[in-house]
Amino acid sequence: MLTDRDRERYSRQILMDRLGEEGQERLKSSTVGVFGCGGLGTITSLYFAAAGVGRLVLVDSQKPDLSNLNRQVLHWEKDVTEGVSKAESAKYKLSNFNRDIVVEAHTAMVTEDNIEEFFGETDMVVDCLDNFESRLLLNRFCIETGRPMVYAAVHGFYGQLTSIIPGKTPCLRCIFPESPPPEPFFPIIGVTPGVLGLLEATETIKNIVGLPGTLRGELLIVDLLSYEMGKVKTGFDNQCSVCGKWRK
Amino acid sequence: MAVKVKIPTPLQRLTNKQSQVEAEGFTVGEVLADLERNFPGFKERLYDEKGELRRFINIFLNEEDVRFLEGLNTTVKDGDEISIIPAVAGGSL
Repeated sequence: MLTDRDRERYSRQILMDRLGEEGQERLKSSTVGVFGCGGLGTITSLYFAAAGVGRLVLVDSQKPDLSNLNRQVLHWEKDVTEGVSKAESAKYKLSNFNRDIVVEAHTAMVTEDNIEEFFGETDMVVDCLDNFESRLLLNRFCIETGRPMVYAAVHGFYGQLTSIIPGKTPCLRCIFPESPPPEPFFPIIGVTPGVLGLLEATETIKNIVGLPGTLRGELLIVDLLSYEMGKVKTGFDNQCSVCGKWRK
Repeated sequence: MAVKVKIPTPLQRLTNKQSQVEAEGFTVGEVLADLERNFPGFKERLYDEKGELRRFINIFLNEEDVRFLEGLNTTVKDGDEISIIPAVAGGSL
């Protein structure tokens, strides 16, 4: 149920025909997992907090360093000097930004054995990661537990975005049957995860509220150099080792 | 057949920073070979040692993944658009 304070705080978005009080209630009653509190995660979580997503579960194993600050905008210089973890740093800012939501922080390495502990109570998980192995771990967990996930990835001025809905859309393994070689220090400027993080938050909010036009079975490609945005269709891979058996 | 090839930004260093180039061929494989002739370096990025397309790089003809068409043998027509779409992990190329 919305309180009077909710009705005031979110009044401008409740005015939107597509959202209304019903949409706001859906946001409020949702728990969204944010896996990764870096360039994408600091943007998505900020806008989830702004929009009134009721509960956020932030998970990241790292502490911010100086070279993160060009893009991970919820982590500030004092967090680097004080050695605050990324999940706690983000939680602190988000909780002060919006006292009406619940923000949980977990500073932990996520593995196949413990992923349920972190994301087992979420309605959706947002992939804000920077490596493919963790993405695949999340993809498998979401497929096996029937939980929607939103994927975004960035490199330089380039980004990709899609929704993965178990049983309804191809999964990440269908889209990319093999992992790319790891690249720990890839080139990136803050505006790219900024834009892609906002698109990822938009996509998540649309999924929660039940709005049309989500990227189900489509991969959005964003090139910020040419300002070209395009969509391609993703296909089910019948040999997919992750979602193949769930579809039979 | 002349088709447009869209180049993802991580590979634009091979095309003098162009995001889109023209290439020719009757099939997707021929177009990619023509791309390699004009902009050397693509073959190494797109194919493995066995000459197969790397499975973390997708080639789309217009909106469709060629894996679900006829792969490199998929025929193209004038004005088609081929997109190279790599898995982005925070970096793959």
